[in-house]
Amino acid sequence: MVPEADAPTDKTVQSLKKTPLYDRHVALGARIVPFAGYAMPVQYSGILNEHRAVRTAAGLFDLGHMGQVDVSGPDAPDYLQFVTTNDVSTLEPGQAHYSLLPNESGGVIDDIIIYRRPSGDGYMVVINAVNHVKDVDWLLRQRERRSDLDVTVDDISDQTGMIAIQGPKAVDIVQSLTDAKLREMPYFTWQHAEVAGVPALMARTGYTGEDGFEFYTEIDMVGELWDALLAAGDAEGTVPVGLGARDTLRLEARMPLYGNELGEDISPLEAGLGWAVKLDKGDFIGRDRIAALKEQGPPRRTIGFELVERAGSPRPHYDVQVDGRAVGYVTSGAMSPTLGKNIGLALVDRDVAGVGKPLEIVIRGRPVGAVQVKIPFYKRNY
Amino acid sequence: MAAPKDLRFTKTHEWVRLDGDIATVGLTDFAQNELGDITYLELPEVGTPLTHDEPFGVVESVKAASDIYAPLDGEVIERNNAAVDAPEVVNSSPYGDAWLIKVRVGDPAQVDSLMDPSTYDEFAEAAGH
Repeated sequence: MVPEADAPTDKTVQSLKKTPLYDRHVALGARIVPFAGYAMPVQYSGILNEHRAVRTAAGLFDLGHMGQVDVSGPDAPDYLQFVTTNDVSTLEPGQAHYSLLPNESGGVIDDIIIYRRPSGDGYMVVINAVNHVKDVDWLLRQRERRSDLDVTVDDISDQTGMIAIQGPKAVDIVQSLTDAKLREMPYFTWQHAEVAGVPALMARTGYTGEDGFEFYTEIDMVGELWDALLAAGDAEGTVPVGLGARDTLRLEARMPLYGNELGEDISPLEAGLGWAVKLDKGDFIGRDRIAALKEQGPPRRTIGFELVERAGSPRPHYDVQVDGRAVGYVTSGAMSPTLGKNIGLALVDRDVAGVGKPLEIVIRGRPVGAVQVKIPFYKRNY
Repeated sequence: MAAPKDLRFTKTHEWVRLDGDIATVGLTDFAQNELGDITYLELPEVGTPLTHDEPFGVVESVKAASDIYAPLDGEVIERNNAAVDAPEVVNSSPYGDAWLIKVRVGDPAQVDSLMDPSTYDEFAEAAGH
């Protein structure tokens, strides 16, 4: 076998950005890979082990590569209504929602979380590492374009530390470190809290399909919080989790990954994210194009499937066929650690979409039998 | 894990144990460690001819799919179906239970072109950085 070309040399690691936790990852035995310009842990003890720990106990994630943009000023709500697809007017202080940055042609620049600050004044937008520069450029250009609006757009990523703890034991572990009343905290909200003495904005959000929290801190404080969470969770089986298991966890929970399920040339309607597009909220970028596509019916749909033959795992960009006819491509795929099956998401012609309908996934030139299944593949039962 | 002394190695991280004109072939400890959790093996049928440096099989981990290359010319005379059924054995026992195929080789002297254990250890050490 030939080792993957992405294994970084000492030299390439030096040219990559590091999060404040980099030395901890190395000490924990992580395998480091380049990701979006950062040297990030792809795994520590192994993807399967880390995945199972998050499903049964808890896992700790370094999200220092992700970007944060502060949007404030009197017209911040109007600005965000214009540059995003979801309805920002529904966000009460301390609430958050999933949203998209649409482009003019009705595709997607990025998928994001918007948090309204607990004070009610201003918002924080969390963006993907791979799109960081593109998003900030775009957001600043839209601010220029909307000179009628009194709004400040500020990239605060360099000052902001971000980590997450996810899993069924996450609430108990965090509760042991804070006076904040976590049981009463709804999903998709955030609040100021001291956790292990570290001042943080603590959000009940995540990207794994489990309950848990994402923390935003002063960048210099994030290491202290990481250490405290790892120590407090140790008895519960908490492990650090790399990007490898992050990907299999989000896939089982059918959460989209930008560059896979989402892109500039994929409509949110095709990606199955119509619920995050509020066409009736007023004008926003790309609205007319998305509305027109909705009217005519999007030509492609994102579907879930599982292989019914043993032939390896589906991977992004593998062709999808029905009776030998090309109907689309795999956007994400993996051996599901929780289900023990090979699962995937694919973008296919709408006429072949339907739970129970057959597909063929072309693996190394051979059409392999698959059947469409309900998504998400995994849903937590607590 | 240091490479066992009785094996020879390829640059693509396969190992060979030659016994007369029968070669046993597997993946090295370095290979399984690089791949991570192994989920699938595709191995050739008995009777398949092999050409050295050409792919003869596939190994998949959670992360990626990789080809497995033939170290020598020859013909497959046995394949390890237990490893196909439980590919995680490649992670737990790369030099033992996880042998992949046995090959009747055309020219046993070909093995001399492969790396010896100490050369391979240095090679893998460099590849890991």
